[in-house]
Amino acid sequence: MTTITWSRVIPRTQWRTTLVALAIALFLATFLLVPVAKVIFVAFQDPNSGAFTLINFKDFFTTSLFQESFWNSFYVASISVIVATIIALPLAYFTTRFNFGGAILIQTLGIVPLIMPPFVGAVAMLLLFGENGSFNLLMDEWFGFTIPLMDGLNGVIFVQSIHYFPFILINLSASLNNIDRSMEEAALSLGASGMRLFRRIVFPLSMPGYVAGASLVFLKVFDDLGTPLLLNVNNMLAPQAYLRISSIGISDPMGYVISVILVVFSLFTMWISFLALRKKDYATVQKGGGGLMKRDLKFWEKLGCYSIVLLILAVVLSPHLGLALLSFGTIWSYSVLPDGYTFDHYIEIFNSAGPFISNTLLYAGLAGLIDVILGIAIAYVVLRTGIRGRKWLDQLAMASLAVPGVVLGIGYLRSFHQTELPFTDTSLASFWLIIVIALSIRRLPYALRACVAALQQVSESLEEAAENLGASKWHSVRRIVIPLMTGGILAGFITSFATAAVELSATIMLVSAEADAPLAYGIYVFMQSAAGRGPGAALGMFAVVIVALGTYFSHRIIERTRHEYVTQTEGDFK
Amino acid sequence: MSLSHSEPVGIRIENLGISFGDTEVLKGVDLDILPGEFFAFLGPSGSGKSTLLRAIAGFGPEPTGRILIGDKDIAHLLPWQRNVGMVFQNYALWPHMSVWRNVAFGLEERKMAKDEIRQRVDDALDLVGLKHLAERRPSQLSGGQQQRIALARTVVVEPRVLLLDEPLSNLDANLRVQMRRELLELQRELGLTTIFVTHDQEEANTTSDRIAVLDQGVIQQVGSPIDLYDKPVNRFVASFLGTANILDGLIKHESGDSVFVSDKGLMLRLDGENDGSASLVFRPQNAFIQHSGDATNSSDNSQLQGTVVEKEFLGSIVRYMVNVQGHQFLIDDIHRRGNPEFIEDSKVKLSIDADSQVVVRY
Repeated sequence: MTTITWSRVIPRTQWRTTLVALAIALFLATFLLVPVAKVIFVAFQDPNSGAFTLINFKDFFTTSLFQESFWNSFYVASISVIVATIIALPLAYFTTRFNFGGAILIQTLGIVPLIMPPFVGAVAMLLLFGENGSFNLLMDEWFGFTIPLMDGLNGVIFVQSIHYFPFILINLSASLNNIDRSMEEAALSLGASGMRLFRRIVFPLSMPGYVAGASLVFLKVFDDLGTPLLLNVNNMLAPQAYLRISSIGISDPMGYVISVILVVFSLFTMWISFLALRKKDYATVQKGGGGLMKRDLKFWEKLGCYSIVLLILAVVLSPHLGLALLSFGTIWSYSVLPDGYTFDHYIEIFNSAGPFISNTLLYAGLAGLIDVILGIAIAYVVLRTGIRGRKWLDQLAMASLAVPGVVLGIGYLRSFHQTELPFTDTSLASFWLIIVIALSIRRLPYALRACVAALQQVSESLEEAAENLGASKWHSVRRIVIPLMTGGILAGFITSFATAAVELSATIMLVSAEADAPLAYGIYVFMQSAAGRGPGAALGMFAVVIVALGTYFSHRIIERTRHEYVTQTEGDFK
Repeated sequence: MSLSHSEPVGIRIENLGISFGDTEVLKGVDLDILPGEFFAFLGPSGSGKSTLLRAIAGFGPEPTGRILIGDKDIAHLLPWQRNVGMVFQNYALWPHMSVWRNVAFGLEERKMAKDEIRQRVDDALDLVGLKHLAERRPSQLSGGQQQRIALARTVVVEPRVLLLDEPLSNLDANLRVQMRRELLELQRELGLTTIFVTHDQEEANTTSDRIAVLDQGVIQQVGSPIDLYDKPVNRFVASFLGTANILDGLIKHESGDSVFVSDKGLMLRLDGENDGSASLVFRPQNAFIQHSGDATNSSDNSQLQGTVVEKEFLGSIVRYMVNVQGHQFLIDDIHRRGNPEFIEDSKVKLSIDADSQVVVRY
């Protein structure tokens, strides 16, 4: 009997939780569903008559600039996946197949790129790898030729793939680690070895993890606005959407058409990743041995492995290095390194960029707070109540993953520009709080997953025991459930906070006055002019520090809470 | 000792039904539990015993019917309004609180004065002999200690009744016997009406005043352990409690006597039973086994010829499986040194003790 779980809340106690669920649904509908629906609606609407039409799409696909942008976006996303794969594959292979001492290096490689938003390092990458950047100056001097690593689309591909390859690395390594040793041994005992073993056993079993990671890379690159914008590559979809809306205005249908295309591609890639991950289960069913057979490396092999890993590490760290140089450098132009070093840029941002920083802390802090509150409430409704349609609430919240920041931004502008705020003459679309809401909607999935995972760790009987001893539902949640979820909640908050602090694509659409702008927008503004690059980089360093600290602490907290309660919760579910 | 000695109350369950969606897990349950009784719900997993217990505590889907504690119907109260103490199978101690805070929780929720809380928590920890562990975290305690703390946490609020959901199932065998005794002592001391859910008949038999046997959401029989064993009312109870030989067949009248005819044609005489289809139950120890060549003492009702198919030596007894006209009977023979042994394939005679035969109807 005890193995059966059921929705245990008695209907008559449900009205309060139902009310909470409805309020959340209303919030998500207003700030996620309606804006996106509005965008899709406008894309299919004749700008003059308001009637349903496909004319906008026809215009889009017959305009050469848009055709080019479409193919460029597709090309950049696809090639980025390939380049990211080339980087990730050897790393995943080394750690899972060999007894390789550099495993810590590789783990670092899996995190370091993610702590810097790609657009922050983009300009620094120009100075390192551009036509007249350090790398090519040296190449020219030594070998007499240069490599166009940062020219046009190449630059976007380069910056994106060294930023996003960890998604493939992490998923692929996890898949390889989940292949049970016994499966490989079974194949060996049945006569398959070497390449045949790899092709027939290892490769198919690791495929789902790879596809999941690769589709995530595709999605992120396809939707990204900041990187192409900072590299001044405007003939791609997201930049076109932004430029149309910001230069022509919110009545121009092209921005909406592009948004629809972005959403469709997002949904499609998410669907592929979902299918891949669903299949992944069969690789993880078996528990026990775990991991492929590892073997020791010979000296030369070891040397080879280390050189590859170190080379990748150097490339992956170059945006960080470049940004640091830029932030401390005086003048850096047509030279391998800056002419001199100074603290001036930091002094300048502490004098002038204060509002960017305080706005960021305020916005990201509020967004993180909203996210964990919504996250806890949704997790509770989904896992602990029998409210009809509770799964939909979860899915609605997760749906924001499929909505690119540009699209959400355009949706807000269109939906709320006529919503007047009481006692002011500004509209909701230009009020700073709208940025907070956009950030919280965008980051809600991270916080929600963290809260769901945390709540799953809290055995239901712990809550029942409190109710049994006389604590009302709210008291039980407050005194037992939430304290036990603390680790997960904190980790969710930090993740939401740190990623919201450096989000650019929705923010850039919604900032209406520089006084209201956050850090990411500030970096973008500074980087526009050659003179602003130094202070922009200093601001960028600040952003990196925020995200790095956030990542570090959320890892620490997750690790710690895992140790703390593991002895108690282990035997809980029978 | 300031812990409760208030008058124990009875529990009365009337026509209780519970469904999970379309699945009915409890059907029309009626039950009377006397004040101060140690009562067990016994049944296989999926029988509805835990669901019934949880319904009394107010967990699970809303039931139909009534649950009276004393004279008060609590079926429609929220769990925290019931004052029904429950000890969970996994103890459900809160890992983020010390032992002391765990025990104090219920009293804090009752907004009791600080001094009184201190006094009562100390008393409760004394009661289970673990006062010295008050500052520990639950994860630092052994299984038996966690069990005792869970008990202390429940009894400290002076609940009107005590519900125990498979409280011994997470303990190892030795500890289980010891905890069983402690539980019973504690229950007697507090005089609390207690319901104990278990799937282990030995646990139920050794602790309980009375047992309700559940299967498929229905109470099959209520009675003292010995009653249930000696007078099962149906096949399920007969086979669930202990080992039983069960024959299906018909009762007929032949020349004034009632006779049981099994589905394989075996005939056994009975004492005045009504005609109709029925099952005949007897326990392995209620038949006497001897060599077929031995002199028979009577032309007794139940002398059967059979063949030994299997034998198991269990120490104090030898258990034989004997084939009689296609029926496989388990027969126990008390083992004493020098007793004759019946080897496999040997012909034997069985005599079944007529007094201990039980007829059950479908």
